[in-house]
Amino acid sequence: MSQNRKESEDTPDISRRSFLKGVGIASIGVAVGSGITSEGVEGHSASEVLGPNKNKFSLSINGKDISVEAEPRQTLAEILRDHLQMTGTKTACERGACGACTVVMNGNTVPSCMTLAVDAIGAELETIEGLEKEGELHPIQQSFVDHDALQCGFCTPGMIMSCKNLLDQNPSPNLEEIKLAVSGNLCRCGTYPKVFEAVSALKNKGE
Amino acid sequence: MAKDVELHVGVGKDLSTMTTKIPDNAPRPWDGKYQTKHIGKRVTRIDGKAKATGKAKYTFDIQLPGMLHGQFVRCPYPSAIVESVDTVAAEAYPGVKAVMLVSKLPMTIRHADQEVVAIAATSPHIANEAAKLIKIKYTKKPFVLGIENAMSDTAPLVFKSQGPKKGAGDDLHGGAVKKSNSQKGNIRGPRITPTDASIEKVDEKLQNCASVVEATYQTQVQTHSALETHGVVAKWEDDDHLTVWASTQSTFVTRNDFATRLELPQANVRVITEHMGGGFGAKFRAGVFGIMAAKLAKKTQSPVKLMHNRREEHASGGNRPDTLQKLAIGCDKDGTLSAIKLHSYGSCGMATGGASKLAWPAKNIYQCDDVYLEESDVFTHSSPGTAFRAPGHPQGAFALEQTIDELAYKVNIDPLEFRKKNSLHHKVRQAEYEVGAKKFGWDKRNPKVAADKGVIKRGVGMANSVWYYFYMTGFQATIEVHNDGSVELMNGVQDLGTGIRTILAMVVAEELGLEIADIKIRIGDSTLGYGPASGGSQTTGGITPAARDAAYLAKMKMKEVAATAFSVEAKDIECDSAKFFVKGKPENVMTWKQVAARIPGDKFMVIGERKKDHHTIDPATVAGMQFAEVEVDTETGVVKVNRVVAVHDCGRPMNRLTLESQINGGVIQGISYALFEDRILDRNYGMMVNPNLEQYKIAGSMDVPEIDIEIMDVHHGCSSTGAIGIGEPATVPTAAAIANAVYHAIGVRIRELPITPDKVLKALASKGDK
Repeated sequence: MSQNRKESEDTPDISRRSFLKGVGIASIGVAVGSGITSEGVEGHSASEVLGPNKNKFSLSINGKDISVEAEPRQTLAEILRDHLQMTGTKTACERGACGACTVVMNGNTVPSCMTLAVDAIGAELETIEGLEKEGELHPIQQSFVDHDALQCGFCTPGMIMSCKNLLDQNPSPNLEEIKLAVSGNLCRCGTYPKVFEAVSALKNKGE
Repeated sequence: MAKDVELHVGVGKDLSTMTTKIPDNAPRPWDGKYQTKHIGKRVTRIDGKAKATGKAKYTFDIQLPGMLHGQFVRCPYPSAIVESVDTVAAEAYPGVKAVMLVSKLPMTIRHADQEVVAIAATSPHIANEAAKLIKIKYTKKPFVLGIENAMSDTAPLVFKSQGPKKGAGDDLHGGAVKKSNSQKGNIRGPRITPTDASIEKVDEKLQNCASVVEATYQTQVQTHSALETHGVVAKWEDDDHLTVWASTQSTFVTRNDFATRLELPQANVRVITEHMGGGFGAKFRAGVFGIMAAKLAKKTQSPVKLMHNRREEHASGGNRPDTLQKLAIGCDKDGTLSAIKLHSYGSCGMATGGASKLAWPAKNIYQCDDVYLEESDVFTHSSPGTAFRAPGHPQGAFALEQTIDELAYKVNIDPLEFRKKNSLHHKVRQAEYEVGAKKFGWDKRNPKVAADKGVIKRGVGMANSVWYYFYMTGFQATIEVHNDGSVELMNGVQDLGTGIRTILAMVVAEELGLEIADIKIRIGDSTLGYGPASGGSQTTGGITPAARDAAYLAKMKMKEVAATAFSVEAKDIECDSAKFFVKGKPENVMTWKQVAARIPGDKFMVIGERKKDHHTIDPATVAGMQFAEVEVDTETGVVKVNRVVAVHDCGRPMNRLTLESQINGGVIQGISYALFEDRILDRNYGMMVNPNLEQYKIAGSMDVPEIDIEIMDVHHGCSSTGAIGIGEPATVPTAAAIANAVYHAIGVRIRELPITPDKVLKALASKGDK
């Protein structure tokens, strides 16, 4: 999932390292100090301790600011699914192993089951619900349908987010790059060959 | 009344004619010469958009007002008695609405992670916190894990006297060793096939034939690991009407299970499965989770959602039984099989059915007169196994197809030729040998084993698959034609992701001459017509004939309506591409919509029923085979599959696009089974030590080889559509083909799954290579 991510330390993006660090610190009850929240916490200073009770804050999801109320321990996946009824994002392992909960955060794919909602404050989030515009499927969604890159469909939203992000960053990926981009997305139906086809087809169109 | 029809049947274009009787009000079966508009083409899923946008609602996504979250407290010991449970603190915890014991005390525990207490709370976090407040007093008992240990005379008994009549393993797929079979210690059986088999005669044959290969094979426990776990949302509409959203492979089996176990009329239970996130054989029944969700919902007067988490799914969501198989096969000097002897043991843990169908590959692929096959269930203190995509077959094929391969090498005959020579007479399989060998390039195979010089050694191998044409009758597909011309098909069947929703639309559109988009499909609800359980690869072969018959009846009805408009008799009306005209006068047509507008009242409804086939075909008809090319790193022991050629038959293919997807999936799951997956139990404590998706590794994108699929079109003419399922056959031969390729690469047999680097290195060391 993370292979197409920009890893440079000097970008404001969350690198894999700082992401893990953020989770580690926040999970023991301190939501700040990871270098993430200091970027753009609305109404909260970097030193303010959030929780343990619910806090009001807003998240930028698919270009809209959405106000939520959550405890610091609540994950982004939980907030999306249970509070905002955005159930397109799935969870299937709750520990970042399967990729079903993949969303895009500041241009990087992240497992939303391993991302605390408070750690997404100030970040630009994209979920599967944001891809379709005015009834038109995003080209990657259409390509998944056209190539039958889905069976039971439970891994599909996460798989699509990984592929979408890959194409955003690398419009002409080769097979190896496609495989790497979805290497964190498990599909038990084994639909991978068609996923590779669906992404490759867009690459050819772009050229 | 019945009429005779002449049909063109056979493989691909190699057709012959046969006459069969069909009822007067039934359509002529689509046969080998029928030119299709939609059927057999590549059609994208009608629910593809819903899935690609995340709008498709799974049980996991159901959220109802006031819904509570259920959670279990499970026993950490594999064998114990629950003496007492203190729930006071948990019940007093804010947000907890109900705490219930799963059964009466004292409760007998026969596997780690068995459910003891169920909690309903206002959030999953609260349920989780409350679970920690429950105090349970256990008396721990001795336990036994592993087939060989359990077979020992001194092993602790899983059941004091006889084991259960049936368990998860023989839900639907039968084949479990019956309770009427003898039970000694933890072993129930053997069941012997054929029933009149003589072991003395088979032993004598084996002693006197030219060559014999005898070996022991072991296969591991594989968990289904569907991404959506088992679970339900249960909601009582009133005191005795229950609605359940279930992630199930059978809305009807699940409904009946709830009805029986909660003592409700079937009519009072509704099971809804609009979409479901994979099953692979594990999801048919109400389950402890379902029953407890319903009980909690009743007690709290609120809807309750109770779904396994990933850990629970691995540890108690069913699995493919592990096996121990001792197999001996002998042949004459010319390579003709002379005898097969199999002693097989399978374990569904504390349930029955571990040996289900283990011997079936050995009796259904090759011609051999002297066969003795034994299947025995072995009880252990581990979680109940259940049906898993082609029960018994990947395990059975792993042993059979390696032994056949070894024997071929021993008598110095090409393993493919050896199989051709010894296969049961089967026109499809013989054709598949040719097609597969050509596609794979079998003729370029180096006859020598371990021929590559470098560290990385390549090898090729193949293995046969067999599966069955099972179908049941009585399914009912309803079609409504509205007076605006819209057409809706309704049936209770669920779509596991195999694409039956789309196939039903194709079948109806084909018969009516309409476009697929014109047909609305409503499925996944037990209040609709009776539909098949998706097990035994029965869905497509089971329900499509009912759908086609319903469409045929709808067309007849439309002809009647058109006849009134034309002032002629219905028999004088022709219908071509959804246009109606009087015979001989095609210039004056009425469109589908024009006729529909004259439907008296609002709409009409017809029901097509799945009846017995027009003629019987051999059930062991579904032939297939896979060819694999692997490379083995002899320094690290890592096996990589480079390429698989999969050749399969499934009668008349319905949707070639989704069919390919299912075959891809079967192959990839087979690779995963062959190389990675292994449920590991702690030998001292009995708990699963890898109940997640990183230590229980399943194949990911990097493990996927190039997969070439060849689908054989086989026309049986036995039902109106001629469809047969493919879900299971596609995963039967993969592990065996890979094992044979590994042997070809390194020259040592690996007889234990999964073929992990440690086993490869050990095998190489035993050979003295390394």
